[in-house]
Amino acid sequence: MSTIASATTKTSNSYLTDGTTIRSWLLTTDHKRIALLYLGSITLFFFVGGIAAALIRFNLIAPQGMIGSAETYNRLFTMHGVVMVWFFLIPAVPVTLGNFLVPLMLGARDLAFPKLNLISWYLYILAGVAALYSLIAGGVDTGWTFYTPLATAYSKGHVVATVVAIFIAGFSSIATGLNFIISIHSLRAPGMTWYKMPVFLWSLYATSVILVLATPVLAMTLVLLAFERIFHIGVFDPTVGGDPLLFQHLFWFYSHPAVYVMILPGFGVISEIVPAFSNKRLFGYKFVVWSSISIAVIGFLVWGHHMFVAGASLYSALVFSILSFMVAVPSAIKVFNWIGTMHGGSVRFDAPMLYALGFIGLFTIGGLTGLFVAALAADVHLTQTYFVVAHFHYVMVGGMVSAFFAGLHFWWPKITGRLYPEIWGRVGAVIIFFGFNLTFFPQFLLGYLGMPRRYHSYPPEFQVLNVLSSAGATILAVGYLLPLAYMTWSLFYGKRASDNPWSATGLEWRTESPPPTENFEVTPAVTAPPYDYPLRDVEQRHV
Amino acid sequence: MRFWLPQATSQAAEVDYLIFALVIGSCAILGLVFGSIALYAIRYRAGGETDRSGSPGKSWRLELAWTSVTLLVFFGLFIWGADLYVRLFRPPPNALKIYVIAKQWMWKVEHHGGQREINALHVPIGQPIQLVMTSEDVIHDFSVPAFRIKHDVLPGRYETLWFQVEMAGVYRLFCTQFCGADHAKMTGDVVAMALPEYEQWLEQNGASGSMAEQGAILFMRYGCSGCHGGNGAGGPQAASAVRAPSLAGLYGGPAPLVDGTIVTADDSYIRDCILLPEKRRVAGYPPIMPSFAGQVSEEDVLKLVAYIKSLASEAPP
Repeated sequence: MSTIASATTKTSNSYLTDGTTIRSWLLTTDHKRIALLYLGSITLFFFVGGIAAALIRFNLIAPQGMIGSAETYNRLFTMHGVVMVWFFLIPAVPVTLGNFLVPLMLGARDLAFPKLNLISWYLYILAGVAALYSLIAGGVDTGWTFYTPLATAYSKGHVVATVVAIFIAGFSSIATGLNFIISIHSLRAPGMTWYKMPVFLWSLYATSVILVLATPVLAMTLVLLAFERIFHIGVFDPTVGGDPLLFQHLFWFYSHPAVYVMILPGFGVISEIVPAFSNKRLFGYKFVVWSSISIAVIGFLVWGHHMFVAGASLYSALVFSILSFMVAVPSAIKVFNWIGTMHGGSVRFDAPMLYALGFIGLFTIGGLTGLFVAALAADVHLTQTYFVVAHFHYVMVGGMVSAFFAGLHFWWPKITGRLYPEIWGRVGAVIIFFGFNLTFFPQFLLGYLGMPRRYHSYPPEFQVLNVLSSAGATILAVGYLLPLAYMTWSLFYGKRASDNPWSATGLEWRTESPPPTENFEVTPAVTAPPYDYPLRDVEQRHV
Repeated sequence: MRFWLPQATSQAAEVDYLIFALVIGSCAILGLVFGSIALYAIRYRAGGETDRSGSPGKSWRLELAWTSVTLLVFFGLFIWGADLYVRLFRPPPNALKIYVIAKQWMWKVEHHGGQREINALHVPIGQPIQLVMTSEDVIHDFSVPAFRIKHDVLPGRYETLWFQVEMAGVYRLFCTQFCGADHAKMTGDVVAMALPEYEQWLEQNGASGSMAEQGAILFMRYGCSGCHGGNGAGGPQAASAVRAPSLAGLYGGPAPLVDGTIVTADDSYIRDCILLPEKRRVAGYPPIMPSFAGQVSEEDVLKLVAYIKSLASEAPP
């Protein structure tokens, strides 16, 4: 009863109803509304990239390729990579959940620079339009890595338009990163010391540092790439005195840390959910926090592991190999700590927890297969095959996308003021887990057997495993369409959510669902440590 | 359909041991992770009656334990993988050299005796083979899964790769670095045969002369002999008045450069001297050697290098 009563009183000042015109959305500086603008945009790009993925899997059903032209296939996987990496994976958690939650978790009214936040969304949209233009104009045929001199001298695709799109998207990332760093430094509620911050904020802090330091390197690399293509300035092309390996060094100096930009926020989400649904303090809080920071630091020093067979020196391979093993240690620490958190807890299995457990399982497989490609001699055989494709999809899709869905379900009641249908949430989590494994596990075997990446057609002995993978992709597609359907449904017909439906700690649960525009009526004060579980009333509330 | 891959080289078995060890280790860790999740999910489910007191309060001992164990195991894996990689990296000195030129979208192979083949590579078994590879356009990658080897083939430089096949047979060759429209068609066969059959194959595919002999003809045709002398003997003996270094005895020896460094005159050095002469100028001669970039094909460069190599045994004047 109290839920309904509070729902009627708070609709007057909820951020969702504070201004209903289109203008009030497009010119908003409210971090919560910007988060929703972003949520709509990245969902669009997730499905654009997803359609490309579906066509890739369709093509690979038959050895000669189901799609007639190799040129079309090459453009499809390039667009899949570009859209998924820069327009979904890198922004996804920071700009949606991060934008929504950073001020709420800090106990602040908004981010430090609300207008910069809005600008970052417009930059993202501008970049997205440029990317869609290059897609519609005919696409790019270089792979998302733009290796030179293929991309500078030989490609017939729209390389420059795509590069411009990524260049602009980079500025959007930098703006968001700066905003988070400064907000976390300056807007913490009274009493919230660094060690009282939720791990989600620590993760976004580490992510933002990477974004601010690494993205400019990508921007410079892309400018050089575009100049080389247009003016033949001779930086990367050996026929005019350049060095093609220089491009790979510069590109991976950004793009490897970018992997941690994708996964660190996911770690943050899981670190919030596992304690809440175990009703127990996060095990080893400081170790989890500092493992995020060490990943951000060591992550800058491992880019050369993409080049073990590229013609770099023997000594650089040795150094990058040992550093790659080092960067895996903090990730292992996190997995052990999440499991330690469940020990002695009181574990509930609502959809966010199911997604989180799926994350732990799939990410562990992704991490362990990372050791295969960090071990030099094994990498020589496995790199540039489907083994690598499976490995990074386990981390990026099995890991990061599961974490995004876990977080979206967890904070959905706070964001929308509505509950998603729990039973469908659980069904979705299970379908995604099994569909994912059926899609990508066969690719490990394909890779070991030698099937190269980016092949439009392939020898017939690889067909059975490819058909299995494509069948899994069909299930996975259903798994991803389900949340789109039932979450959209819940916006209109979902039950009203209480302020703290999961009985979780954290300042975001101390305000209304959905929160008022100013977030808190009174600035909250923090006295308790983070994850101050167990909460006594959990048992009664969930019967 | 098959779920195994032949181990055609001696290294293949060693790489497989490493991979299988990683698989077994990963399964153990996965069992631990999935097992404890399942165990805790059941034992500590909400509403279940169980003893929840055993949870350790101070965590740092556990943290330290699993961090150091993880580090140790990873260090061991690093040593294992690196040791094998270093051996794969360094070719034995007696390896038979075969030259590979990649272009969109085919593999061209030149044998020492002048035999040429396309999208195929014939090699003898039981003998180390070193490929010297370059690309005419973009980056390609020479990969033979049955040998567990792979290396990028770059334009503008020589990359090498070595292996020793133990089992006669025909093995798939793939390009594994995306190289444009028909990347997936850039495949071929590596045919490994016993030495007598290999020698027979060489004879049946006999060329108009060895690579070095063809190089000698090119040496005249491109005008190299104008400055370096009719048999590469150097400027003073040459018909022209231009003073250019002697090429006899150059290959494999030290070459002093104008900046004071001394490099070994290997294939890459001689290639650079022909195509990018300003990159590594030899000391003691005027910088007048023109670049032949764009005029000499990669195949002809290889033949010129082979010719200059054949002069190595001749004493410098």
